[in-house]
Amino acid sequence: MALLSKKDTSLILDPLSDNNPITIQVLGICSALAITAELKASIVMSISVLFVMGMGNVVISLMRNIIPSKIRIIVQLVVVATLVIIVDQVLKAFAYELSKTLSVFVGLIITNCIIMGRFEAFALANGTWRSFLDGIGNAAGYGVILIIIGFFRELLGSGTLLGYKVLGDPIAKTGLYAIGYENNGFMLLSPMALIVVGLIIWVQRSRNKDLIEEN
Amino acid sequence: MLEHIELFFRSIFIDNMVFATFLGMCSYLAVSKRVATAVGLGAAVIFVLAVTVPLNWLLDQYLLRDGALAWLGPEYADYNLGFLSFILFIATIATMVQLVEIVVEKFSPALYNSLGIFLPLIAVNCAILGGSLFMQSRDIQTLGLAFNYGLSSGIGWFLAILAIAAIREKIRYSNVPAPLRGLGITFIITGLMAIGFMSFGGMLTGGDEAPQEEVNTTAQKEKELKVTEEVKENTVSFNNLINNNN
Repeated sequence: MALLSKKDTSLILDPLSDNNPITIQVLGICSALAITAELKASIVMSISVLFVMGMGNVVISLMRNIIPSKIRIIVQLVVVATLVIIVDQVLKAFAYELSKTLSVFVGLIITNCIIMGRFEAFALANGTWRSFLDGIGNAAGYGVILIIIGFFRELLGSGTLLGYKVLGDPIAKTGLYAIGYENNGFMLLSPMALIVVGLIIWVQRSRNKDLIEEN
Repeated sequence: MLEHIELFFRSIFIDNMVFATFLGMCSYLAVSKRVATAVGLGAAVIFVLAVTVPLNWLLDQYLLRDGALAWLGPEYADYNLGFLSFILFIATIATMVQLVEIVVEKFSPALYNSLGIFLPLIAVNCAILGGSLFMQSRDIQTLGLAFNYGLSSGIGWFLAILAIAAIREKIRYSNVPAPLRGLGITFIITGLMAIGFMSFGGMLTGGDEAPQEEVNTTAQKEKELKVTEEVKENTVSFNNLINNNN
């Protein structure tokens, strides 16, 4: 079983926790926050980024020896834009409602800093298989945070998960609502996404003291 | 004129790039440690947005949208190249940024020294592409409005990064819990600022409703007429019923 050496495994696992693209590297926040009011949208967004990043890293690392370094940014942008167009068209064909919810944020995967950042930092200097693993790992780290935010915002904001009423019916007063629980509509508004990310960072850095910044 | 003023204030305060749609967050968080650099990046963003949004508006209007190619001849009227917009917009932005960099370096070395380092960063700033994509999805009508939209969104972004940089310079002297220092507290402050900016939402609600009413007036009046007639008939029959029962 030499499919994944020790270094390869760390490529996938590191971004999930101690080198997370969102909470540690501060990349890709732009699209992470706006679409997390529902769990479903966060999951679809994570899958889209996973696809774009895995494929993009492979393409860039295959071309890394023939790209002139002066125009590499434009080449990278074209590669990402092509992949994102594929994702956008697939979403429009198979999940039209969802692609309306995500609106311009699918297009904004192009300028998602994680993708450009990993192209620059990894795919331009490493082999294809490694780059693929790196892409998958970072996209998964991004997805984990997105899904955590989406989970809490949908659960606390509208009392549902993936559209299922897990806390009971707020109008018929069943489940938790029977004892006076109320949805916190504030969680659905955009500022709360920022505060939830802040809290995730707080929890993560309390658990791992090495990550604490100087000031 | 009124719509220009409305769009201007709406893009700065209500639909603020950072606080309402989270665009350009990466550079917003990374470059906001000092006020001086924040001002430089903010100015560059205003400039590039004000140039690229009108350009992409022209592209969208005459090349991309459904039936946009009609000016080439009637046989082209059926084409819809909308799916190409991502790749064309980002290419325009990357080229413009490069061009602006060369021009500024040539004609204004002082400006280049203050903006120069930030210009390449801007090509991948989500606020720039986001500006063009929102311009497309909000269906902005004229070139002037598109320029206005780019300029005012840029100013909104500038205000946001200026404010957070000033706060971060001061917060260095505060006793923040260790795990929250740096990134964590910045997120939470941004969240609180976003809540503050939400209160600007009340600013334009009056103006919002007026144009819609004007559009619907004739149709609405007809409907209202019908409804009142029906109500009259109903009341008449209801009265008859009551009288009969009596």
